[in-house]
Amino acid sequence: MGRCQGGRKWFLGPKRSVTEIRATPASRLPRAVPAAATLPSSGLAGLNPEWSSLAEVAESEDAAVTHGWHLLDNGPELDALGVIPVGTILCVHGNPTWSYLWRGLLASATEAATSGAPAWRVIAVDQLDMGFSERTGTFRPLARRVQDLGDLTDALGLAGPVITLGHDWGGVVSLGWAVDHPELLAGVMLLNTAVHQPAGDPIPAPLRLALGRGILGPATVATPAFLATTLALAHPPLSQEVKRGYQAPYLTSARRSGIGGFVADIPVALEHESRPELDRIAESVRKLAVPTLLLWGPRDPIFSDRYLDDLVERMPHARVHRFEGAGHLLAEDADYAAAALLWLGDAVVSSPRDVTAPVEPSETAVSGNRAAWEAAGTHPLWHYLDELQDSDDTALVDMLPAPRTVSWRLLSQRVRQIAAGLVHIGVKPGDRVSLLVPPSADLTAVLYACVRIGAIVVVADAGLGLSGLTRAVRGARPDFVIGAAPGLLAARALGWPGRKISVAGFVAPMARLIGVEHTLAELISLGQARLSAGDGLPPEPAPTDAAAVLFTSGSTGPAKGVVYTHGQLSAVSRALYLQYGVGVGTGLVAGFAPFALLGPALGARSVTPDMDVTAPKTLTASAVAAAVAAIDATVVFLSPAALVNVVATASALTPVDHAALAGVQRFLSAGAPISESLLAQAAALMPEATAHTPYGMTEGLLMADITLEGIRAAAASVAPLTTVPAVAHDGESVPAPPDTATPTANAAGGVCVGRSTATTRIRISALDASGASVGELTEEADVTGEIVVSAPHVKDRYDRLWLTERASRRGAVAGERWHRTGDVGHLDSAGRLWVEGRMPHVIVTADGVVTPVGPEQRIETLPDVFRAAFVGVGPLGTQQQVAVLETVPRARRVHRAPEELAAAVRSMVGTPVAAVLVVPGLPTDIRHNSKIDRGRLSRWATGILSGGRWTKP
Amino acid sequence: MRVLVTGASGFLGRAVAARISAAGHEVRTFQRRPSGVAGVEDVHGSITTPADTPYAGLAYAVSGMHAVVHLAAKVSLTGDPAAFEAVNVGGTRTVLQAAADAGVSRFVHVSSPSVAHAGSSIMGSDALPAAPEQARGDYARTKARAELLALAADAPAFSVVAVRPHLVWGPGDTQLIDRIVDRARRGRLPLLGRGAALIDTTYIDNAASAIHAALDAAERVHGQSYVITNGEPRPIAELLAGICGAANVAAPAWRVPASAARAAGSLIEAIWRARPGTDEPPMTRFLAEQLSTAHWFDQRRTRADLAWTPEVSLDEGFARLAAHYRQTP
Repeated sequence: MGRCQGGRKWFLGPKRSVTEIRATPASRLPRAVPAAATLPSSGLAGLNPEWSSLAEVAESEDAAVTHGWHLLDNGPELDALGVIPVGTILCVHGNPTWSYLWRGLLASATEAATSGAPAWRVIAVDQLDMGFSERTGTFRPLARRVQDLGDLTDALGLAGPVITLGHDWGGVVSLGWAVDHPELLAGVMLLNTAVHQPAGDPIPAPLRLALGRGILGPATVATPAFLATTLALAHPPLSQEVKRGYQAPYLTSARRSGIGGFVADIPVALEHESRPELDRIAESVRKLAVPTLLLWGPRDPIFSDRYLDDLVERMPHARVHRFEGAGHLLAEDADYAAAALLWLGDAVVSSPRDVTAPVEPSETAVSGNRAAWEAAGTHPLWHYLDELQDSDDTALVDMLPAPRTVSWRLLSQRVRQIAAGLVHIGVKPGDRVSLLVPPSADLTAVLYACVRIGAIVVVADAGLGLSGLTRAVRGARPDFVIGAAPGLLAARALGWPGRKISVAGFVAPMARLIGVEHTLAELISLGQARLSAGDGLPPEPAPTDAAAVLFTSGSTGPAKGVVYTHGQLSAVSRALYLQYGVGVGTGLVAGFAPFALLGPALGARSVTPDMDVTAPKTLTASAVAAAVAAIDATVVFLSPAALVNVVATASALTPVDHAALAGVQRFLSAGAPISESLLAQAAALMPEATAHTPYGMTEGLLMADITLEGIRAAAASVAPLTTVPAVAHDGESVPAPPDTATPTANAAGGVCVGRSTATTRIRISALDASGASVGELTEEADVTGEIVVSAPHVKDRYDRLWLTERASRRGAVAGERWHRTGDVGHLDSAGRLWVEGRMPHVIVTADGVVTPVGPEQRIETLPDVFRAAFVGVGPLGTQQQVAVLETVPRARRVHRAPEELAAAVRSMVGTPVAAVLVVPGLPTDIRHNSKIDRGRLSRWATGILSGGRWTKP
Repeated sequence: MRVLVTGASGFLGRAVAARISAAGHEVRTFQRRPSGVAGVEDVHGSITTPADTPYAGLAYAVSGMHAVVHLAAKVSLTGDPAAFEAVNVGGTRTVLQAAADAGVSRFVHVSSPSVAHAGSSIMGSDALPAAPEQARGDYARTKARAELLALAADAPAFSVVAVRPHLVWGPGDTQLIDRIVDRARRGRLPLLGRGAALIDTTYIDNAASAIHAALDAAERVHGQSYVITNGEPRPIAELLAGICGAANVAAPAWRVPASAARAAGSLIEAIWRARPGTDEPPMTRFLAEQLSTAHWFDQRRTRADLAWTPEVSLDEGFARLAAHYRQTP
């Protein structure tokens, strides 16, 4: 055992025997009884007995002391396959699991090697006193365990490259091995773990409880309580057979001594024996330059997100994926093995060195910034706040509660004051600030103050619902929360992280109750004092610095955080300018938040109409007219939900209101699809205006645009669907005249969303027969596939969703930023984009793929049908097509469509429809009440049509 | 090619013999009654007659044949278990032996999807291996064993392929269609549950053409099992309505909960075993399961391997059935 690292020897000095224990709770544990290593019991679910082997390993300090290890190793399997491994994944379990935790990775790695992918040898050890390894009868603190693992890999003759993989306390041990073996180390992977416990910060409550006097022994050793508690953390719960697998090595209290030892080894106090080794590892990982992957289950009562933050801070180049919904037992909750092998392929096999550089851009000098902005043809978001700081022209008008006009001078001053105030209370560049403020002058000022000082604003929509919002805000881990009363109350009640700042003043007891540290008024005066004292604002952030995290609607899965840089947000502004002419001096009615907030960045004056923003349906036509009149607006941005009510309240408009609305030049409905008739009704209220509706998503705002005239032209271009020509008298089908029966260019159907905006490119990745979008990106007409977009204003990345980010860029052109939208559609020969549905809703039949929107549109032309959803049931590749209808009049209960209706639907669709069902209402998303939840309908229809219980969707 | 078709007096057997004969093959049939198929040579006898019986009809029938299509079976919901065993298992063994002895090179064994069905819903799965121990009822169990016997006999010079047509129907079918229509006419046809379970069926001409295709493809696909259907599942209520509509009788209008039907089926089966009736029992547990759970299959492998697609769609099938009832009310 010749190999020895200098950095470790001083700590494991000869005077410190590992059995000589003081100041650790281990002394409160029952005396451990030695027992030899054994092979696992047979028949454990998912565990191939051929993986198991035993090794007898001498301690490096004293060759006379040897220990028996049990480990899992797919090496022999790979040998049998005749493949040479590209490297070894060294897996270290935590407490109270064992190598069983990694069975999925062993299986996946061998399977991948069998299918010809790069072969990874996986070695998963049972730490001493754990699993089926030896019960040593001694207490083994962290340093001893790190040394033990090194002794084992020496004995195994493990050669590089090695990737470590650790979970829980095994994460620390694996990192200890990693920092001690730089010559072998090629990468680091971690699942929920921690390397640092801030002094004075309490350790997680469950561990505090387990460490309690009189509890440690009974909880961890004498009873299986600690084991049972850990196994109960799985989401969804573990099956009985898997639980039996985890319990197998820990059936008696004698076998559980290691569990207690591990808990006792948690360095709660500074004077804890393992503290120096933990600190050594925690500091050494900062120097690790190898590719790193952090996979995380956020629902972990022990290793919460704050430990992930700490790891990211130490290893800023790490790729991170948070599996929303998964928890401490991530290895059971999510497919970590697939993620790990995918990452290894990217980071270690294909390009061993390209991920070592930090991802976060380093600070750029101000002059460098200017050049970068000029190169991009954009300006910083605060450009006009500086340029117009001496202007008394109107910048903002708030219509609620009473019209309040804010000049550029005042806005510029407020932004600087708030920015300085934020700096004063400790907000640093890169800090995240969650904004829970309704659209208003306050929100605008706070937003621009944050971005000016390089803080990252986190914007989540109240439409996510409280639980969605809670997940989003927790996941975004804000350092500060700036909010109005409802937002702050929710933040307090739901335990959202971050220091709290209120835009309104509270009486002191209330402020304490909701944990408010500062009010906006205080920030302004603190900032003013700071500016007066001559302390300027910090350097401007660079175009490549992160500026904002916006959350997706959550209508297509858990809400995802989307990161935009300053350069990209400025590019959004530029796109608004190029597409709608919003610029210096334009009057803008800001009824749709994301775009409206960019008014000041464009030098436009904006007005927030009188409405309850959490309920857009409260916006009236009169309120829009009043807002238009207040600033002579020529551009109006509204959400579709608001538009419904505006149209409904149009009768209340006065002649003066009508006159004001007649001055509007452009009007935009953004945020969700809108019907042509609604857009036409709204347009009728603004007779001089061109009506637009954009296509885009949180990850790429404003990708395409269409006008009302464009919608009508597109509709006219689609020839009416004709049925197959009737059989003629001689038995041969009559060739149809070309203008009626030839499949039209738009036979696939869909919603036309217009042409790409000025700086956007749209391409299609064609679907294959299995419904996967694997085609090379193409602009060819009439190819149905996933819609893929590229623009300077497409998102920078998803926040801590490495797998999602990777998938969203799959197949992209090198050096270009493309985003896979998850929408399916086609381009027509006129360059217009048609949306045919969402990728997961593509129906894959034995005869090919069917997209849902086209059939739905054709079914909706039937007079009895109000709305239709077209879904697949059964396995992909042999799915059956099912139509689910909302009828006129509305059905009172679920039933099969009567014969005539079913026949009419079948003749409209053209492809075989297995069943036609009628429901009282189709399920839609909460946020827009317009996107039909086809996934849910498909699952429901599968149940009904298999003979299952007759329920509502 | 010279082809022996066993069980050619049945609804499907007749169609198969006619189809293969029409394709230009020389067809001989073997069963107890005349097949009624024009242009084929009938040989009468029983597959339960031991093969070593002197002058057994089967040995004569199979002599000189290149291929055998084996359809003869006892198809019934209830009956003497020993009779199922004798016809379906013993008979198949006898025919296999006789065919191999006679130097036949292709053997199409006509089986049933029920050989791999354990009673739950089937939604888009391909043919699973026959599983006698899981099969529901004597028919399915003995057919499962027969299929295993047939596939076990597959050899380089003896290509065996098993096909499993699902719910074959069409004009002239006395087993399924006439019974449904007769019950509906007497107002004794209930819907089980909501009648929404998706069921795939096989129009008679499609079943016959698929078996013909299997005969052609036997040397390529030997040793395999294929489920045969129209590939057009519909809710069971729509199928019943289609059949009743074709026969111009009222479709079922009253419902029996599926669970009650299954329980009643079990009870009736027990009574029928003790005191066999003259007709088939009105309900068995197997039938209740068949009619209240989904049964549709992945047809991709079948269609690709057999180079076959159904010629007659479901709706065209109903139209032909209606034409048939108009001619023979």
